[in-house]
Amino acid sequence: MNPIIETSTPAVQVRAPRKIAWLGLVGASVCFFWLMIALFGPWLAPHPVGEVVSDNVFENISAAFPFGTDYLGRDMLSRVLIGARFTVGLALISAVLASGIGTMCALLSVVAPKWLDEIISRLMDAFISIPSKMLALIMVSAFGSSEVLLVCTAVLSYTPGAFRIARSMAVNIEALEYVQVARTRGEDRLYIACREILPNMLNPVLTDLGLRFGFIVLLLSGMSFLGLGVQPPDADLGSLVRENIGGLNQGAPAIVIPALAIGSLTIGVNLFIDRLSSRRSRRSGGH
Amino acid sequence: MNSNTLGLIVQRFGAAIVTLLIVSMVVFAITAVLPGDAAQQALGQFATPEQVAALRTKLGLDQPGVVRYLQWLMNLLGGNFGESVSNAMPVSDLIAGRFPNTLMLAATTALVSVPVALMLGIGAAMGRGGRIDSALNFVTLSLVAVPEFLVATLAVLIFAVKLGWLSALSYGGDASTPLQFIRTYALPVMTLCCVIVAQMARMTRAAVIDQLDSPYVEMARLKGVSPVRIVLRHALPNAIGPIVNAVALSLSYLLGGVVIVETIFNYPGIASLMVDAVTNRDMALVQGCTMLFCAAYLGLVLLADLCAILSNPRLRNQ
Repeated sequence: MNPIIETSTPAVQVRAPRKIAWLGLVGASVCFFWLMIALFGPWLAPHPVGEVVSDNVFENISAAFPFGTDYLGRDMLSRVLIGARFTVGLALISAVLASGIGTMCALLSVVAPKWLDEIISRLMDAFISIPSKMLALIMVSAFGSSEVLLVCTAVLSYTPGAFRIARSMAVNIEALEYVQVARTRGEDRLYIACREILPNMLNPVLTDLGLRFGFIVLLLSGMSFLGLGVQPPDADLGSLVRENIGGLNQGAPAIVIPALAIGSLTIGVNLFIDRLSSRRSRRSGGH
Repeated sequence: MNSNTLGLIVQRFGAAIVTLLIVSMVVFAITAVLPGDAAQQALGQFATPEQVAALRTKLGLDQPGVVRYLQWLMNLLGGNFGESVSNAMPVSDLIAGRFPNTLMLAATTALVSVPVALMLGIGAAMGRGGRIDSALNFVTLSLVAVPEFLVATLAVLIFAVKLGWLSALSYGGDASTPLQFIRTYALPVMTLCCVIVAQMARMTRAAVIDQLDSPYVEMARLKGVSPVRIVLRHALPNAIGPIVNAVALSLSYLLGGVVIVETIFNYPGIASLMVDAVTNRDMALVQGCTMLFCAAYLGLVLLADLCAILSNPRLRNQ
């Protein structure tokens, strides 16, 4: 799904309605909330993650179990608090790696000789044309699922997108006068890439990182939902939805709450990022 | 259409075929060369070395990767996808049995989502900055980010559990009467539509707004043309290219969404076949399904590209 959003986002924010300013704030607070849960969740959890605490499975919301119980009678609140760490943690690591590698390759391809640029760009083009879910499925079928593999897969499928965006920005910056001046001054390529180009594209790169984080959360929880992501006894939010799917026809909170948790995280990220990029496009549009 | 355009189209076709070849190399490398010994895996731990060696020769694993890749590619081109180990059937038969179901699901989703998305997008563009536009902006921005299984779960809870209108499971075959058809397809299609409609509507809005900002629309407004007429007669014909581009790109997203939707609703399509194959590590089947999906994806991206070229005189005469 990456090429679609990438091509659409810059155009979408033609003139964002002013009213959505507070939506960005809501998005930011939701992101912050989940980040805190990922950091401190395990200490907040009232029960150990694997402990069966109730005789009733798929119990409804109650004072003792605020999120009900799961298919074995375990406390859902504890499982969500600890599952969030996997979802947020794995996705954050992958997003930082994907954006970092993509940006580095972009800088390299802009300052490097033409043939290297050509090789990197072709390689990235090939990887962008495999849908991320397909890549994840063949990776899992070949190597089996593990957390390291999931991170590798997410990095592999989202680096090319980050590379494309960073490269198009770097090419524009590279043509500006101050970079030319630095080059005439005799600065070497590393200096030009890191001190002249990188600082001026850092903001959009960080925005893109946020967007990528959202996609990776969706990819990883989708894989876990298929039973091909995080493996038991560990469980991220996607696995929680999968293992409690039997409670669907009772409308158990055990299945609704983890699904809502993922939705709130990704929606929060999207609202926040949309706000950030629309503010920037308005500012640059004023010049 | 001049020779220039034709050249550009041929070039795009060529590029798509080259990309598909590279994709096939990546797929083959990941599934067949990297993971080690398939013969050992198939026979298990207790096989004797002679058995393993015999199976290796039978499967052709004793040959170098490049030779195996070329053989595999030739077989693919001839329509021979290999033998599915877990089903003991040719992969092409399995895929042929499931393919119409997935195509039906995709076609129904496209038929429902495209008109809805176009109406929403154009409506939002017309009332730009207003209350409807802000609301749509919020809703579509949220829906783009929602995982399919959340939509599916909530839809099942509301329509199957609480209201009891539809069945939670979908059985591809029995769609003989219109009512049965709706009961079978309503939930999967609804789930798939959510994300796609949101994406398409956002891109359509952007495309129409792009035209509404142009001088000729301002001219039309100044001479007193009604807003509806401005959009339908002046802006829309020029926005058709970007809109078709948006539709094709959004539909390519179907390929990812369908994996989750077919699994959650137990729908007998290619994507659920592929998920089963991944679970059973049935490599020939995984390869076949992946190549099919990647080809479809590249086809849709190519279509989007071609629409953009054909509708834009500036691109055409580059």
